[in-house]
Amino acid sequence: MSETVFLRPRGNALILSAATGVLALSALLGNAFGDDFPIVSVPRLTIAAVLLAVLGSAFALGFIRRLPGDIAILVSSLFSAYALVATAADHPGEATGGFWLLTLAAWTCGWLFVERLAAWQAVGLGAKQVINVAIPLLFGIWLLILWQIVVTGFGVPKVLLPAPSEIWLRLTGSVPTLWADFQQTFLKAVLFGYAAGCGAGFVIAILVDRVPFLRRGLLPIGNLVSALPIIGVAPIMVMWFGFDWPSKAAVVIIMTFFPMLVNTVSGLAASDAMQKDLMRTYAAGYWQMLVKLRLPMAMPFIFNALKINSTLALIGAIVAEFFGTPIVGMGFRISTEVGRMNVDMVWAEIAVAALAGSLFYGLVALLEKRLTFWHPSQRG
Amino acid sequence: MTASSLPASRSTNPFAGLMRGTTGPVIVVVLALLAIWYVSAVLLNTPFQHDIYARAKQTNVSIAQLVGDTLAQERPVLPAPHQVVAEMWDTTVNKAVTSKRSLVYHTWITLSTTLLGFLIGTLLGVLIAIGIVHSRVLDKSLMPWVISSQTIPILAIAPMIIVVLNAVGISGLLPKAMISTYLSFFPVTVGMVKGLRSPEIIHLDLMHTYSATKLQAFLKLRLPYAVPYLFTSMKIGIAASLVGAIVGELPTGAVAGLGARLLAGSYYGQTVQIWSALIMAALLAGSLVGLIGLAERITLKRMGMAR
Amino acid sequence: MNTTVLDNTPSPGPSPQGGRNRPVIDIEKLSLTFQTNDGPVHALSDIDLKIEEGDFVSFIGPSGCGKTTLLRVIADLEQPTAGTISVNGMSPNEARLARAYGYVFQAAALYPWRTIENNIALPLEIMGLSRAEQRERIQRNMELVNLTGFEKKYPWQLSGGMQQRASIARALAVEPDLLLMDEPFGALDEIVRDHLNDQLHQLWEKTNKTVVFVTHSIPEAVYLSTKIVVLCPRPGRIYDVIESDLPRSRTLDIRESPEFLKIAHRVREGLKAGHSYED
Repeated sequence: MSETVFLRPRGNALILSAATGVLALSALLGNAFGDDFPIVSVPRLTIAAVLLAVLGSAFALGFIRRLPGDIAILVSSLFSAYALVATAADHPGEATGGFWLLTLAAWTCGWLFVERLAAWQAVGLGAKQVINVAIPLLFGIWLLILWQIVVTGFGVPKVLLPAPSEIWLRLTGSVPTLWADFQQTFLKAVLFGYAAGCGAGFVIAILVDRVPFLRRGLLPIGNLVSALPIIGVAPIMVMWFGFDWPSKAAVVIIMTFFPMLVNTVSGLAASDAMQKDLMRTYAAGYWQMLVKLRLPMAMPFIFNALKINSTLALIGAIVAEFFGTPIVGMGFRISTEVGRMNVDMVWAEIAVAALAGSLFYGLVALLEKRLTFWHPSQRG
Repeated sequence: MTASSLPASRSTNPFAGLMRGTTGPVIVVVLALLAIWYVSAVLLNTPFQHDIYARAKQTNVSIAQLVGDTLAQERPVLPAPHQVVAEMWDTTVNKAVTSKRSLVYHTWITLSTTLLGFLIGTLLGVLIAIGIVHSRVLDKSLMPWVISSQTIPILAIAPMIIVVLNAVGISGLLPKAMISTYLSFFPVTVGMVKGLRSPEIIHLDLMHTYSATKLQAFLKLRLPYAVPYLFTSMKIGIAASLVGAIVGELPTGAVAGLGARLLAGSYYGQTVQIWSALIMAALLAGSLVGLIGLAERITLKRMGMAR
Repeated sequence: MNTTVLDNTPSPGPSPQGGRNRPVIDIEKLSLTFQTNDGPVHALSDIDLKIEEGDFVSFIGPSGCGKTTLLRVIADLEQPTAGTISVNGMSPNEARLARAYGYVFQAAALYPWRTIENNIALPLEIMGLSRAEQRERIQRNMELVNLTGFEKKYPWQLSGGMQQRASIARALAVEPDLLLMDEPFGALDEIVRDHLNDQLHQLWEKTNKTVVFVTHSIPEAVYLSTKIVVLCPRPGRIYDVIESDLPRSRTLDIRESPEFLKIAHRVREGLKAGHSYED
């Protein structure tokens, strides 16, 4: 990107930069902690406030609107965030006006950078893919930063909401437990149940599709069942199949079966009349028609079910564990640690579940992209 | 000029018409499922019934008696449909609605949580969608998180939200409703974003030629276009909201609500109670979705958008 | 029904196919009635038609006259309710199972998940041909429609005209003697359409296949055909059959000649007379 590129800032960017400048300036005059602890007595906070004040007002007044200025905005917002997080940790629960003003200034500065990124993209600058990832990533990072600052700054009790740093400590400190839970819940119950449930839904859908009577009879019921709180069968499954993972897998199977059934059946009906006529003119048989036309046509629908099911499966397995488990499993850990008020452990478990869920979903979405590249929604 | 391939002749058999639509097949499938249920009930309950006979030193039990007994156990592995219906009748009609043993009472608790959570979730979802449609930065930064928020098994958080909020003195409807809110805002956000973006460019250009303001374009073009999408996503949202309410009731120590009935039933092996709570939840879900469907039909008809 | 020959020239004449008069398609007293909720619709009524080997026959008529339905009956995609029809001496069903014809639809109907060459391979796979045979036929027919070089492209990466050419290649790859085409160029613009008309004409001249072609464009019908069948609606029936006396070998320039205009005029008159504009 060349130096000559100049972007006229839009209204939002002007407001944000002005706010950054004003907030940082007023923070400089305020107290960081308590009544007699001004911002200026902490060197890193002073540096941060000065940086933000200078950059914010400079941008608002029409300077530094090129790439180096934008980089300076990013760097100083992140530095301020670091300064705030590090300082708050030394004085938990004591933050006062100046500290919060500076936090707000850092945040508006961070937002300003995101505005600039979006503006670059709007005029076709910068790699589209990179910016598409960078914007939500920055958003997520700022969410974590604010979470950390607010929790330590206000001294929120750990029982109510632990800071991200505490969750991270607990996460790294109890890897063996988390791994065992993950194995029990995800690698056994979820994966087995998901494969069996989706597989059964798919096979039954193909059978049902051959009998129009069944198709008309089962589809409305399948649609209805998809809207029901199927998760309620969990206690029954625990009674039937015992405390260990098979009962959880059974819940997962039931939960994933119906979305797959309904989606595959509608997917098999998705090929249009002309394409079916074409196959007829070739005198294609049932299986040729199925393999060469109807299944490829149904792929987007099938993947829709696979994606829905990837989240349902994890939810099903975890909630089923609330109804009884051996002493291992993600749901078991969550319910017992909640009882002991070890909230940071619960959050660590949730972080693992979130990561597993997102990766699982991402994997299915990636596979979808590879296999249905031809579909208009994927050609984008 | 494509020819429709309707059946060449009409049968005079009155059942043929019924079976050609969906009503007939649905009835047949439901009856078949009930039959399977009865057979499974007999098969699954037989081993325990044999134990009972063995203990009572009863021999030479006739098949008819065996079947009758398996369908009348107090804590069967699988209760028969009529047992569930009888239990539901007993706990809805024969108990005062304020009694803790009344299914109506528990259903009401769950329903109020569901509705509150759904209301907040829908409002939140619509607001977020409006923000995303009108702000490039929100679209870029928030939308990916809205989507990935659903890949997180959020129900796992349910017990924590309840217990933690209870610990700081917030109890009652709100904590449970928060879970419902979380589950129902997503479909509404995604559906509304799609709906608000559904007007074609040509219509937006038309608004532009009238130099309509953003607000006018929103009220006169985007909003009407989004209404069908809103109803579709509300149907998904309310079903999700009910799931949230039920799961939210699990960790409250089995006090009240359909979720609590499920948990209590599973503690004490009261299978009939579990099944009646389950069927009640299904009925609730069905009627809530049906009600929204009805509202959808009426609204779309009023707006002249009915198909 | 009026089946006199224009100019009163004896019909076999000095045509290049001289003497080969075996009817490829023989339709007698054919009718087709659809039952709808609004009562029966007479899509086709009392159709008599013979199509001979090497003919290029166009069905032309307003919407709802049954031209596509008639083509679909020949292809065994619709069942007549009365009358007889034979295709290559067989019933349409037998002819379909014997893959006696290639069918080109209004839209290209290419599968978006297959490359162009694999789309053309589709009927060949279904017929169970060997890999080598498939390769050879794909190459030959892509050449025939001037698509060489686009083998690895996906349909959605090509223009509408190229897609339709690929679908023609797909129909030709079956190597049928009979080609059924249902308004194949209807969705294309005039310039592309002219070009494809020219190509189709050359193709027909080169291969000497029998073509049945549905269209609603008069110039297209007159330019391409040796025989023009004018249909009219309610009930769908044949109003006029015009044997063209244009030379078998033509170029687009022929469209300015008086002979061409004369035939076009007769087609237009037929369409006007057969169609009531009250509805």
